Amino acid sequence: MRRAAITLVMAAAVYEGIARSGYFPAALLPTLPAVGRALVEGLLDGSLPGHAASTLSRVLFGMGLAVVVGLPLGILMGRFRPIENFFLPLASALMPIPSLAWVPVFILWFGLGNATAIGIVFYAALFPMLLNAWSGVRSVNPLWLRAGSAMGADEQALFWKVIIPGASPFIITGLRQAFLRAWIAVVGAEMLAASDWGLGWVIFDAKEFLKADLMLASLAVIGLIGFLFERLVFGSLERTTVQRWGMVRAAKG
Amino acid sequence: MPHIEVRNVALVYDTPAGRVTGVQAASFDIEQSEFLCLVGPSGCGKSTLLNIIAGFLAPTGGEIRIGGKAVTGRGMDRGIVFQDFAQLFPWRTALGNVAFGLEMKGVPKPERDRIALQQLQLVKLEKFANAYPHHLSGGMQQRVAIARALAYNPSVLLMDEPFAALDALTRDDMQRLLADVWRETGKTVVYVTHNVAEAVYLADRVVVMTPYPGTVKCQVPIRLSRPRDPLSLEFLDHQKELLRHLGDQIAKA
Repeated sequence: MRRAAITLVMAAAVYEGIARSGYFPAALLPTLPAVGRALVEGLLDGSLPGHAASTLSRVLFGMGLAVVVGLPLGILMGRFRPIENFFLPLASALMPIPSLAWVPVFILWFGLGNATAIGIVFYAALFPMLLNAWSGVRSVNPLWLRAGSAMGADEQALFWKVIIPGASPFIITGLRQAFLRAWIAVVGAEMLAASDWGLGWVIFDAKEFLKADLMLASLAVIGLIGFLFERLVFGSLERTTVQRWGMVRAAKG
Repeated sequence: MPHIEVRNVALVYDTPAGRVTGVQAASFDIEQSEFLCLVGPSGCGKSTLLNIIAGFLAPTGGEIRIGGKAVTGRGMDRGIVFQDFAQLFPWRTALGNVAFGLEMKGVPKPERDRIALQQLQLVKLEKFANAYPHHLSGGMQQRVAIARALAYNPSVLLMDEPFAALDALTRDDMQRLLADVWRETGKTVVYVTHNVAEAVYLADRVVVMTPYPGTVKCQVPIRLSRPRDPLSLEFLDHQKELLRHLGDQIAKA
């Protein structure tokens, strides 16, 4: 934590030095206090929290859909060969297509606004969830299944009490990656497809008015929310489960 | 009537290289509360035979009867302990692991926790009831595995080289502990090992198996009083006798 702070402070100092050097126009490269002012103003008048809330709600909604579809499907793929044979080629073909490449297509299909943004988030989050759940089920130690069935577990009990917890390190990694991909995709989708609300839209819109301070303030909010989710939500989920069980090693830092 | 009857059991695999005989016409009885060791070099079919008794593998010939009833698959009349420490569920505490079979039987939680704690006392691990497997040493994990296999009160305990991956000192402790557990519980034990001294220390009777194809070569009763002294002349005589039976086949192979 302290080392991370040192890195961030040094990076900020370098930026501040360049911004104050006078080589670049202040309107394009605002100083940190100016960015801070834009941030505080945006936070106090409620505009940035509002935009952040609508971005976050798109992410959570789209990611929720991706989990509802990707998690069971990935688990079924790991468990049943015919399902794997059917869906794996489909996933392999669709996965390499960047989610942002779909934005114009989705705009044609769903119009500007929430539906397109949520669709893009869903697309971005689906594959990490699906493939991690699939790998997770395949990584379950066969000895656990043997021990479980020797102790009287039927198929259903094996599924809930052995396969799901056994696959949990991968499932949590899947959630983590899905959120990260979704968070990256939503900002891009909002730039192209959102009207009026969302942090991506704020940045894109601020460009028209040359408000670099507001753009950087929005970027800071995007980074902060991503960081908080990563550390607080997924970090604590991992600490209370798979790290506690010794199924993954704790990251240092 | 013997507790377990092994009658002409054979297992033939079909492989790309042709038919391979894993076990050929194995026949012997195991009495109620007897401690029987299956001893032989790798490839002799001892583990395969144990897996057939456990119900994980179906024999291609002959049959196994337990308490007069033919074995058709897994059953809660048998508990099994494997060699690999990873057999425990890492996401469950020692107590949770031991309680698994009772949970599958539908025993209410307070009751199964009480029974599981008793089983942990039997292997002297009650202080570690709430520890996760990754915090336990290899020997402790195997003790949890023994308690887990006994918790739902099977009449037969099957053990597949459970101490082979432990260091020699820990192994001695574990053998003493297992002899005590066996005396206290009166289970019928079928114990697979390639360690002759271990077989002489633990067994009432040793079934010697030879490889290629896996066959029962002979049976050697161990008529030594317990607790046994591994340095006594009688103990060493029994060891020599077993080694002689095993040596014959090494010379033949």
